[in-house]
Amino acid sequence: MIDKKWIGHELPASVLPIERSRLQFFAKAIGETDPVYTDAAAARDAGYPDLPAPPTFLFAAELDSGAVDRLLEELQIPIARLLHGEQSFNYHGTACVGDTVTVRSTISDIYDKKNGALEFVVKTSRASNQRGETVADLRTVLVCRH
Amino acid sequence: MKTTTYDTVQVGDELPALQLPPVDRATLALFAGASGDHNPIHIDTDVARRAGMPDVFAQGMLGMAWLGRLLTGWAPQSRLRRFDVRFQGITQLGNAVRCSGRVVEKIDRDGERCVRIALHSANQFGQTKIVGEALVALP
Repeated sequence: MIDKKWIGHELPASVLPIERSRLQFFAKAIGETDPVYTDAAAARDAGYPDLPAPPTFLFAAELDSGAVDRLLEELQIPIARLLHGEQSFNYHGTACVGDTVTVRSTISDIYDKKNGALEFVVKTSRASNQRGETVADLRTVLVCRH
Repeated sequence: MKTTTYDTVQVGDELPALQLPPVDRATLALFAGASGDHNPIHIDTDVARRAGMPDVFAQGMLGMAWLGRLLTGWAPQSRLRRFDVRFQGITQLGNAVRCSGRVVEKIDRDGERCVRIALHSANQFGQTKIVGEALVALP
């Protein structure tokens, strides 16, 4: 069983610079063909200062930084048993190339179902930019299957 | 692109569906690198089999990113307010996922006119992969 002492645990902050080549790579990987996501001129025409990070991109922050790997280690969740149960984004702005986004997360709940056959870890996160403005609030439900 | 407005949108309207090609290993490898999700269960068949899976399978966030394309293809991303999903089924190699969305409510949120959109993705056999919801502000 995952120790419930981790409820309230704060992950170390993850800093994600929003970079042009990474966003172009991400667009290719998801098959995005809208030039707003690959061509700075098209992005500016659409009212963004530069390429916008697509809606789900900020999830990369805590993967890049290793914060998620460290969390799984601390909670002793083997990666082979891990599933992504739910994901939410509540947007307050759009991160664009040139921004630096910092994600800060807290473990807000841990519970189980089916007599412990499934365990759930809820992580709530705030993503803010270099001006301290909130870009998005995230909520992640991780599932460990036994 | 024709501008979608609050007044012209009706409850029950369908967003233009997004049909993806069958998932292959190259797609999973590219998404692993681009998304930062380096979990080998999605890119190394040996690891997937040791975990009891028949083969590598798609990252959940790849399916969510496709639903994101459905949304931003319909209305500019700057109008997206919320985007919530539940992952309901594993997307296997060869699955051709279709993303769909339907306007289910017109609401006022914090003085802003929004539409609530029910989201769904399924493979070619009709098996649900993701269900979700989005809130989009419209002019």
